[in-house]
Amino acid sequence: MPEINLLEAIRQAIDEMMAQDERIFVFGEDVGRRGGVFRVTEGLIDKYGPMRIIDSPLAESVIVGACVGAAMNDTRPIAEIQFADFIAPAFNQIVQEAARIHYRSNGDWTVPMVIRAPWGGGIHGALYHSQSIEATFAHVPGLKVVAPATPYDAKGLLKSAIEDPNPVLFLEHKKTYRLIKGQVPEHDYRVPIGPADIKRPGEDLSVFAYGLMLHYCLEAAQALAAEGVSVEVVDLRTLRPLDVATIIGSVRRTSKALIVHEDNLTGGFGGEVAALIAEHAFEQLDAPVLRIGGPDVPAMPFAKPLEDAFMPSPQKIAAAMRRLAAY
Amino acid sequence: MAVSITDHAPGTADAGAELPATTLREMFRCMVLARALDERMWLLNRAGKAPFVISCQGHEAAQVGAAFALTRGKDVTLPYYRGLATVLVMGMTPEEVMLALFARATDPNSGGRQMPAHYSSRRLKIITQSSPVGTQIPHAAGVGLAEKIKGGDAVVWTSFGEGTTSQGDFHEGINLAAVHRLPVIFQCENNEYAISVPQHQQMAVRSVADRGPAYGIPGISVDGTDVLAVYEVTRRAVERARRGDGPTLIEARVVRLTAHSSDDNDRTYRSPRELQSTRRSDPIARFAAYLHEHDLLSEAEERELRAQVAAEVDAATEAAERAPLPEPESLLNHVYAQS
Ligand SMILES: Cc1ncc(C[n+]2csc(CCOP(=O)(O)OP(=O)(O)O)c2C)c(N)n1
Ligand SMILES: [Mg+2]
Repeated sequence: MPEINLLEAIRQAIDEMMAQDERIFVFGEDVGRRGGVFRVTEGLIDKYGPMRIIDSPLAESVIVGACVGAAMNDTRPIAEIQFADFIAPAFNQIVQEAARIHYRSNGDWTVPMVIRAPWGGGIHGALYHSQSIEATFAHVPGLKVVAPATPYDAKGLLKSAIEDPNPVLFLEHKKTYRLIKGQVPEHDYRVPIGPADIKRPGEDLSVFAYGLMLHYCLEAAQALAAEGVSVEVVDLRTLRPLDVATIIGSVRRTSKALIVHEDNLTGGFGGEVAALIAEHAFEQLDAPVLRIGGPDVPAMPFAKPLEDAFMPSPQKIAAAMRRLAAY
Repeated sequence: MAVSITDHAPGTADAGAELPATTLREMFRCMVLARALDERMWLLNRAGKAPFVISCQGHEAAQVGAAFALTRGKDVTLPYYRGLATVLVMGMTPEEVMLALFARATDPNSGGRQMPAHYSSRRLKIITQSSPVGTQIPHAAGVGLAEKIKGGDAVVWTSFGEGTTSQGDFHEGINLAAVHRLPVIFQCENNEYAISVPQHQQMAVRSVADRGPAYGIPGISVDGTDVLAVYEVTRRAVERARRGDGPTLIEARVVRLTAHSSDDNDRTYRSPRELQSTRRSDPIARFAAYLHEHDLLSEAEERELRAQVAAEVDAATEAAERAPLPEPESLLNHVYAQS
């Protein structure tokens, strides 16, 4: 199996799906000749032409809104939001339109579309190129929210997202794009939207993460193994619909839980996971449920010491794991 | 690309001469039906049977004229909440309209989930509408974009009020359609009010059509109480769109003959004089006069037509009232589509 990075996995998924299904098109800022600011769609305009790899005007509401309309006219749009930080102008179109159309039409209309959004920090992106947006959108029924952490999952999940009859927000952590490499089979495969994946089985405590934080948790778990603590690391992968059974199953076995994300702690996705654990695994708990998240400041600053202070690190995560193990 | 603002859009005479008498009478029937349904909805509201009504009264000519220039079953419409006459022409039945008013389970628009006047029917290619104004404008551009990608020749038609043109989605949607010369017709039904806010506090231009050239597309202002003038302007816009020459922005100048909705009282912001004068611009009276004058409809024929329409409205109301309400358990249905 060839080893590729996460960005290449995403490009392959788009390319292979577009080759099979001519209803699929890509719509976003700079996706054409430039191949996207991160080069995810590089080369695709030469293969599929400017009517399927379309440079949109610089206007996020119509990037999503036009895709909503196009999806209802028998095409399969993939919208690209250049940075997740700039998704706010499209909030109305995503939440009030894309996510509600199937429900509000009593099942008559469907909106099969994907919204790809590079997210996350640790890349010197400052306040407006580092944000985490998952909690805001995972709150919305009718929308699916996916946040893969490995090339294998990214490719398989993106293919599933493109085939899904519902709007899917597909979150691509910017720092993982070229940093994270992995084996990806050459044959056509899917990773279903929904199931979480236990990336590292363990016995003493359970850790839940997604995106870049999954890798930091794996690194911390490795360090804890050397200290004789066996950590289970669960990759949530899909935030909505959430795999409650895998979360609860893991905590029932290990009796301890830690949730890690970059997003601000208050109202972050960890709160939802913690609530589910409190509700369904209370009897099995041997320690308080811990969360690590970004501090409650408006967004991640630019200067390195400030950025470092914001980002959860493998060291901070390992420290929380030790606390939990010792409890 | 031809860019023009037509202050003197083609008038009644141009189109009236071309259309067969049966079509003209059918247009009139649609207008009368829309009005009769609308009036019945207000009665039902005042009788406590319908919590909410929002009217198309005064907009009938703009909507019927435009919709008659479209091809039913082929062209796609995204009509806003005043689009009762639009959806009747596109094939929605009076009973279906009443099912939505009473929020019945069999309402094809939303199964009683949305407020009335949020039109939708996949069968009729009417795309589901929401309440936040203007969101349908980017959708219309996107439907047109998909049509162009697929190489089809359907035309997309959307409507909205003049207040809605202040929304960013108006700009973003029209701009995209203009850039790609998409087959979309943007109809602004300008009734000079957004609830209580008059046009001059909404925009500094005299006509919404003035904005067309700023997007590189024709902007045409037409008397929206003249059904045949609107038909003619829209027919040309449809031809242009089907040829691949791109979108048109049409401003249909209409009157709002009612309050904004059943929850509004327009006497708090419109003078008695103004309320009287809008009555004189009733598009239905105007078209009736035209038809009589040209011997296309006799007074007796009009009476008979109105009686038929009243019976139709009665039957629709009764059938819809008898229809079942949604089951509480259905609340959880259709959150996600199944693959
Ligand atoms: C985004 C948004 N803001 C406010 C409202 C409340 N609202 C409903 S209709 C309306 C006025 C719309 O005026 P206009 O576009 O001129 O259409 P008209 O009702 O006059 O036909 C307002 C403010 C809304 N539905 N959506
Ligand atoms: Mg208005």
